[in-house]
Amino acid sequence: MSTDRFEAHDYYLMDELLTEEHKLIREAARAWVKKEVSPIIEDCFEKCDFPKHLLPGLGEIGAFGPYIPEEYGGAGLDQISYGLLMQELERCDSGLRSTASVQSSLVMYPIWKYGSEEQKKKFLPKLASGEWLGCFGLTEPDHGSNPGGMVTHFKDAGDHYVLNGAKMWISNSPISQVAVVWAKDESGRIHGLLVEQGMEGFTAPEMHGKHSLRASITGELIFDNVMVPKENLLPGRSGLGAPLSCLDSARYGIAWGAIGAAMDCYDSALRYAQERIQFDKPIASFQLIQKKLAEMVTEITKAQLLTHRLGTLRDEGRATSAQISMAKRNNVEMAINIAREARQIHGAMGITSEYSIMRHMANLESVITYEGTHDIHLLITGMDVTGIPAFS
Amino acid sequence: MKLLVCISKAPDTTAKIAFTDGNTKFDENGVQFIVNPYDEWYALVRALELTEANGGTVTTITVGTNSDDPTIRKALAIGATDAVRIDAVPKDAYYVANQIASYAKIHGYDIVMTGKETINYNGAQVGAMIAEILDQPFVSLATKLDLQENTATLERDVSGGVEIVEVSTPFVLSAAKGMSEQRIPNMRGIMAARTKPLQVIEPVASEELTSVVSYSMPDSKAACKYVDAENAEELIHLLHTEAKVI
Ligand SMILES: Cc1cc2nc3c(=O)[nH]c(=O)nc-3n(C[C@H](O)[C@H](O)[C@H](O)COP(=O)(O)OP(=O)(O)OC[C@H]3O[C@@H](n4cnc5c(N)ncnc54)[C@H](O)[C@@H]3O)c2cc1C
Repeated sequence: MSTDRFEAHDYYLMDELLTEEHKLIREAARAWVKKEVSPIIEDCFEKCDFPKHLLPGLGEIGAFGPYIPEEYGGAGLDQISYGLLMQELERCDSGLRSTASVQSSLVMYPIWKYGSEEQKKKFLPKLASGEWLGCFGLTEPDHGSNPGGMVTHFKDAGDHYVLNGAKMWISNSPISQVAVVWAKDESGRIHGLLVEQGMEGFTAPEMHGKHSLRASITGELIFDNVMVPKENLLPGRSGLGAPLSCLDSARYGIAWGAIGAAMDCYDSALRYAQERIQFDKPIASFQLIQKKLAEMVTEITKAQLLTHRLGTLRDEGRATSAQISMAKRNNVEMAINIAREARQIHGAMGITSEYSIMRHMANLESVITYEGTHDIHLLITGMDVTGIPAFS
Repeated sequence: MKLLVCISKAPDTTAKIAFTDGNTKFDENGVQFIVNPYDEWYALVRALELTEANGGTVTTITVGTNSDDPTIRKALAIGATDAVRIDAVPKDAYYVANQIASYAKIHGYDIVMTGKETINYNGAQVGAMIAEILDQPFVSLATKLDLQENTATLERDVSGGVEIVEVSTPFVLSAAKGMSEQRIPNMRGIMAARTKPLQVIEPVASEELTSVVSYSMPDSKAACKYVDAENAEELIHLLHTEAKVI
C-alpha cells in the first residue's frame, strides 16, 4: 500500500466558481476517500473484492442521491455538488464512483422522479443512507447499444405482474436489495419495475473475469415468472425516454468522475516526473515529458470548464441529452488518454499497483463503453447537429 | 457543560508562502485556508466527544474577519453547537487572547480549549494568556482529557514519559496531538451548519503589545549530496566545511 499523496490542480482558478459549501463537500469527500478507501483500493481491485463495508460511509458523505430532497433522505444539493462528489470518488477509483452513480442516478433518480409517494418513502431513505443498495437493469445479452430492442417483458396477471427475461452487465446487482428493471408490457411499451431481493424466481448471479472495474460488483438479473406486486411499477413515466433520462443524470456524473481519474493520473505523473532522475536530471526537464504534462493539464482544464458549464445548465433545467453526451464522451476519452500518457511517464513503475495509473486505465475501458459507448455518443452529437439519426 | 473552543484558520500545507507590505504581512492572495489542525482535530473533536457523552454545548470562537467564515462553517459542520466571530483582524497573541477572554468572562465556560499552536505562526501563547486574564488554571500541550463531574484529568508528554495532571473546572487548556482523532464532516453536518448560529460581535478595545518588523523565507533547500558509505573522510570534510555543523 502506498500513501495517497494526491493534490488537486486548479489551473484556471475554477474554485472561484464554487461556493464555500461546494468546497466543504468536496474536501470532506476527499478526506474520507483518502482515509477510508485509498489504503484498501489496490487490494480490492487485485482481489476483485467489492468493499461493501464502505456503503454507510458513502451515504454519510452524501454520495447517494445528494440532489434528492431532504424529506426522502437526500441532501437537496445542486448538480455541481453531485459532480464534485463523483469527481472525488473517481479520483480514487471508477468502480467506487460507479457504485455511487448507479445508486444515485439510476436507482434513486427514477424512484424520485417517476415513483409513487409510497415507493419514495419506502426506498429512498434506505438507499440514501447506504443501508440498501440498488441496481439498474437495462442492458440485455442481445441488446446493449440498442436498449429499445429489449425482450424482457411482463404480463398483467390481475393483482400482480409476471416478469420474464434477463439483464446482463448490471452494476451492483448481486448484492442489491432492489433492482429498477426496464421491461416491456404486453403492448411493447417500456416501464420501470421495482424488483426486490427475495422475490420468487428472481436471481442475480455475479459475473466474473472482468479486467476492469474490479472493485465494483457486476452481475446478471434473471427473471423466471417473477410475481411483481402492482404497486412496484413506476407510475410516473413510460417509454424509452424514462430510462434514458436516468442515463442523462448518470452520464453527467461520469463526465465529472472522469476528470477525477484524469486529475489523479496527472498529479501522480507530475510528481513522478519531478522526482525521477535519468541522465542526471529530473525527467520533467525533458521536452517530451513536458509536452505530455502540458497537454494533460490543458485537457483537464478544458474538461473542467465544459463540465462546470454543463452543471449550471442542468441546475437551470436547460442541459440537453446531446450536451451531456458530448461531455461524457469528451471527458472519458480525455481521461483514458491521460492515463495512458501518465503510465508512460511512470516507466515500468506505472504498470505496478504502487501507483493508481494502471487501475484507472483499466477502469476507464469500462467507463468509455458503459452508459452509451464512445461511438454512440458521437452519433448522438452527429444526429443533434445534422438532424439525421445514423444509428440504424 | 459549556465548552468554548478557539478556532483559527491556517494556510493549507500546500499553499505557496509569500509576504506583502514590505514583508510585514502574510500574503493571503490565492491561499486556501483550512481550520488550524490543532484546533480542529484535537480541541474541537475532543470537546464534541465530551458533550456527546455528557450533554452540553460546544461554542467556537474566532477573532477574525469574514474571510474566516468558511473555516468556522466547517467547525459547525463537524458538530459545534454555535459559533462566535469577533470581527477584527487578529493582531498579536495578547490582542486575540484579550478578545476571547473578554467574551468568555461574560458567558462563563467550564473549559476553554485552544490548539497547542497555529501551524502558521506557531506562537502557542493565546491559551496561556486567556487563562491569565480569566485568572484560571492552564494546562498546556495536553494529549488526553477526561472529565468526572468538575474534575478533569489530563495527560501531557514530558521528556521521557507522561505527566498526569488533575484540575478543577473552570480552566483553560491547549490541545496537542493524541487528544482525539480527525473527524470528517458528514453531509448531515454540512447541511446542519447552514442554519447554525454564527454570531458576529464587535471587538473590545485592546492594545497590541507586539508588532511584526518583518518576515523572511528560509533558505531554499540545497540538493542532497551523496557520499559513498566507505568514504567517511569526505563526509566529515563536507560536514565541517560546507554544512558547518561539526
Ligand atoms: C462494467 C460494466 C458495468 C455495466 N453496468 C450496467 C448497468 O448497471 N446497467 C445496465 O443496464 N448496463 C450496464 N452495462 C452495460 C453497458 O451499458 C453496455 O455494455 C453498453 O451499453 C454497450 O452495449 P454492448 O456491450 O452490448 O455493446 P454493443 O452494443 O454490442 O456494441 C459493440 C460495439 O458496436 C458499436 N455499435 C453498436 N451499435 C452501433 C451503431 N448503430 N453504430 C455504430 N457503432 C455501433 C458500439 O459503439 C461498440 O463499439 C455495464 C457494462 C460494463 C462493462
